[in-house]
Amino acid sequence: MEMFVLSFTIFVLALFVGVELINKVPPTLHTPLMSGTNAISGIVVVGAIISAGSGGMDPTLASILGFIAVTLATINIVAGFLVTDRMLNMFKRKDS
Amino acid sequence: MFALINISYLTAAVCFILGIKGMTRPSTAVRGNLIAATGMLIAVVAALLHHAVISYAGIIAGMLLGAAIGIWLARSTETTAMPELVASLNGIGGGASLSVAASTWLNAIAAGETPTAGWSIAILASILIGAVTLTGSIVAVLKLKGRLGDSSRKRLWQFATATSLAAVVVAGVLFIAQGAVSPLILGALVALALLLGVGLVQPIGGADMPVVVALLNAYSGLAGAATGFVLENQGLIITGSLVGASGLILTAVMCKAMNRSLPNVLFGGAFGGQADDG
Repeated sequence: MEMFVLSFTIFVLALFVGVELINKVPPTLHTPLMSGTNAISGIVVVGAIISAGSGGMDPTLASILGFIAVTLATINIVAGFLVTDRMLNMFKRKDS
Repeated sequence: MFALINISYLTAAVCFILGIKGMTRPSTAVRGNLIAATGMLIAVVAALLHHAVISYAGIIAGMLLGAAIGIWLARSTETTAMPELVASLNGIGGGASLSVAASTWLNAIAAGETPTAGWSIAILASILIGAVTLTGSIVAVLKLKGRLGDSSRKRLWQFATATSLAAVVVAGVLFIAQGAVSPLILGALVALALLLGVGLVQPIGGADMPVVVALLNAYSGLAGAATGFVLENQGLIITGSLVGASGLILTAVMCKAMNRSLPNVLFGGAFGGQADDG
């Protein structure tokens, strides 16, 4: 229970940080920002790694799901950051 | 080791905060993205050191496969198709949360643990939000591509959405109350939540899809935070709620820029009302 209260405290405080971070974003940055935060939500890879690695060697449904989760989260992260970089560099060239 | 891992998660979270901050201004956006990517690398290394991780074969295989697909997707996508790619990646992230929650639950049951109510709620939230993000994003991508037109059968979709919502509530209560002994209920929940995702997005007009994608992005963050509660992992909780909150604000900002109100976008289609196809 104490653990939950601690986690919940962190959750609420981080929500406020998230709200404060976004203000007055120019419209051209909407899509790259969405793409960038989407790549960050790939953080679920941490959970995926733990669930894929915590079984033994013989494949169970749980470890197969873990493998799928690692694959999906990695796609999310790698493609997310790369495509955000591509978008932002496009803007840079157009502006200069 | 425990302290080191948690300090790494904290470092990663700080990188994400600085990264998002950087991405809100044109002059620092590229650097912001790099800082966020560095944070992700730190988080991945920390996760690999976790004491529960005993076999690396599945992890390495999944990472190599995911990285290959990810690089290919990011390189081969046409500039004009980038919004669709972002929407797809969103759905993929939701699918990852869904799989993590299901896998963790199965592991706990196999180990003979009796889930507490709080833990079951976290699993439920993670599965629901993950699944809705997954199928909702698929519908959004199809609409962005123009493969899926706007539905003329609004009433049918309203009915499907309301029914699956009610069924999700019933199955969810059973899942929590029962201490979840049967994987069948879990399977039913996943199926219903997947259907719910389709039902929620399908009635929304194609013109409003950018806002929907932004909202689904916020959902995928919240799904991550729910997974953090499942695993009692503070790194996940911080980052997930960060993305969830900033995603919601970004959604509101985008709505304003498009001169639309969020309730109008969301419920103008799904629950009666007049959907002005702006």
